[in-house]
Amino acid sequence: MLLQLVNQDFGYDRGLVLRDISISIHAGDRIALVGESGAGKSTLLTAIQARLLEQAALVPQNPGLVGTLSVFHNIYMGRLNRHSTWYNLLNLAWPQRREIDAIRPLVERIGLGEKLFERAGELSGGQQQRVGVCRAIHQGGDLVLGDEPVSAVDSHQARTVLDVLHEHFETVVLAMHDVDLALSYATRIVGLQNGGIALDSPSAGLTAADLDFLYKRGDEDHR
Amino acid sequence: MKTIADAAGVGRPRYSAAVRVSTLFVAIAVFCLAFADIAITTLDPWSEMQRMLLGVVTPDFFAVEAIGTAVVQTISFALVGVALAAFFGIILAQFFHIGPVRWACAIARSIHELFWALIFLQMFGLSPLTGVLAIAIPYAGICAKVYAETLDETPAAALNALPAGVSTISAFFFVRLPDAWAHIKNYTLYRFECGLRSSAVLGFVGLPTLGYYLQTAFSEGNYSEAAAQLIMFYVIIASLRLWMKPKLVGLYLLVAPFLLGGASQIRWDNVVRFVTEDIVPAPLRNADLLDPQAWSAFGDWLMMMLGDQALPGIVATVVLTQIALVATAFLTLAFFPLISTKFFGRFGRGVGHLFLVVMRSTPEFILVYIFLQLWGPSMLPAIVALALHNGAIIGHLLGRYSDEIRLRPDSASGFNLYAFEVVPRMYGQFLAYLFYRWEIIMRETAILGVLGIATLGFYIDSALADIRLDRVMLLLLVTALLNLGIDSLSRRIRAGLRLSTRIDSCRD
Repeated sequence: MLLQLVNQDFGYDRGLVLRDISISIHAGDRIALVGESGAGKSTLLTAIQARLLEQAALVPQNPGLVGTLSVFHNIYMGRLNRHSTWYNLLNLAWPQRREIDAIRPLVERIGLGEKLFERAGELSGGQQQRVGVCRAIHQGGDLVLGDEPVSAVDSHQARTVLDVLHEHFETVVLAMHDVDLALSYATRIVGLQNGGIALDSPSAGLTAADLDFLYKRGDEDHR
Repeated sequence: MKTIADAAGVGRPRYSAAVRVSTLFVAIAVFCLAFADIAITTLDPWSEMQRMLLGVVTPDFFAVEAIGTAVVQTISFALVGVALAAFFGIILAQFFHIGPVRWACAIARSIHELFWALIFLQMFGLSPLTGVLAIAIPYAGICAKVYAETLDETPAAALNALPAGVSTISAFFFVRLPDAWAHIKNYTLYRFECGLRSSAVLGFVGLPTLGYYLQTAFSEGNYSEAAAQLIMFYVIIASLRLWMKPKLVGLYLLVAPFLLGGASQIRWDNVVRFVTEDIVPAPLRNADLLDPQAWSAFGDWLMMMLGDQALPGIVATVVLTQIALVATAFLTLAFFPLISTKFFGRFGRGVGHLFLVVMRSTPEFILVYIFLQLWGPSMLPAIVALALHNGAIIGHLLGRYSDEIRLRPDSASGFNLYAFEVVPRMYGQFLAYLFYRWEIIMRETAILGVLGIATLGFYIDSALADIRLDRVMLLLLVTALLNLGIDSLSRRIRAGLRLSTRIDSCRD
């Protein structure tokens, strides 16, 4: 068991977004968080992040790249804590063969091979998002938490990105808005509605139609 | 494994234009360092430093009379000078689209206040008019430019909404000025702070402001009194927003002209002689302007001046400027984390703020003067002082800027955060600030010649001592042109690197 939440409330200063949440995450889980925008996916993910920050690699919705540095450097950043500061500075000024060789295959796999030394700020939104995914993969570990990691990526690329993510991490928790993608990658679906968990079940046997109810407008007083 | 990307030459590490330009500037500075005189020539700099530090920790506030006079005079000159500058600045801003007005303003601000003071000393002697004009003229040039740029940003929609036939003056007072007012007011207050520093420095040429008393205290080795003077000056600047209230400005302006101190009689025949005789090149003075021999003598004079004085002066000025600029860059990168919430806690930042406030409130000229007392005349005191002062100014701006950067929840910390996240994100801003200060550093470098460093100011000061005012004017013209050259080069580099082109608060 990686994490267990029992009857917890979460929210920002302005009020609660999630009420009475109970969920547990086990090693090997492949969880998709689904639900309308505003249902609380990001809030739940942030709450999980805060508890698992030490062991999780993150794919934030806004990839938070340093636009003036190259794709290589932005991905290298995933391992800043594993090297000495001097080695990091050496790579900042003069990327080392070893590190380039470690990062290049990943970038090529995800379709950005030619962009390795482009400035991240010059890439399109979808390309930046893929760089963010690469950084998380390069950071490594057993667990990845992602907030809409393929929201800006076209559907073909999205499958590649999700393939790569699932190959590299044992445990995957992703907030997703595309129900079909969620069903085809996740082994477990957690549906959020009106600030609560409305569904938590294995994805086997579920169809997109079974999730439709999550996307019906909630009670007026919650809007 | 050789990939297609490798074969095509892409996929190799490359360096951005900003990094290449930075490297070039560092290389130039290292090259210049080979020619720079950076020796410490005093016999025992450390014991002198100990005495100074002892003075700093035992400030003597009982020298009340000297301190009070210095404070009142320094504020009065700044008030009158900046008020005149703001008044003429706003008028000149209306005509800023006219080429000659723009050029005159550019020349006015390319010459340092102290040089203006030295010119007016020849005309008016130690009269208050000298100090007031020395501040008002270059500042009017700067204000005109900034005001004009601010007023130009009035939204077109507001102007278009006016009924047809509204006069330009009504449109100015009803739309353009109100829209720009907050910015103009802030900028003028900032200018006043700069004016206090300029005013303090004018004391070094004999006007009765802080610099005069400071120089006296230093020459007597009375470091406790010097420390008290400087501390008072910091207090005045730090509390500026407390006593500089809009309601009180009128009162201050009414009183200040009467506090400018002992008015010596202005001798108008001096002024006339200065304009009609003294500044005419010697070979042409009283000569027949149709006589080719006079002109050939003038040619020789010009070649002698340019070859023997202007050229070595320019070389020394450029060498010192380039080293000081790069030293400023390094100190800026060291200083900004001191006040950044990303790197230090409340206490650390407090200490950092105090240090940066002291460094940026002390006029460069005074810092150089202090280091000169310690280390003797060479470029070293100038480099250290310019880098400390300018590094503190840019470091302060970057530190505040760094607080606004939003990081990922899992971003690195400590030095990795600094090198990979914060500095790369701010690098463009950092270069923009530096290139703005470049011209200011050069203007300051030129004037430092007055203190005995062999920059252009040194030759100007020597010519003044010989009362050869024709030479002074020529060298001042060279100084102004050099400055305008740097200004335009800086603008071209900024445009080439696509750095933002409007920053007021770091521009002097």
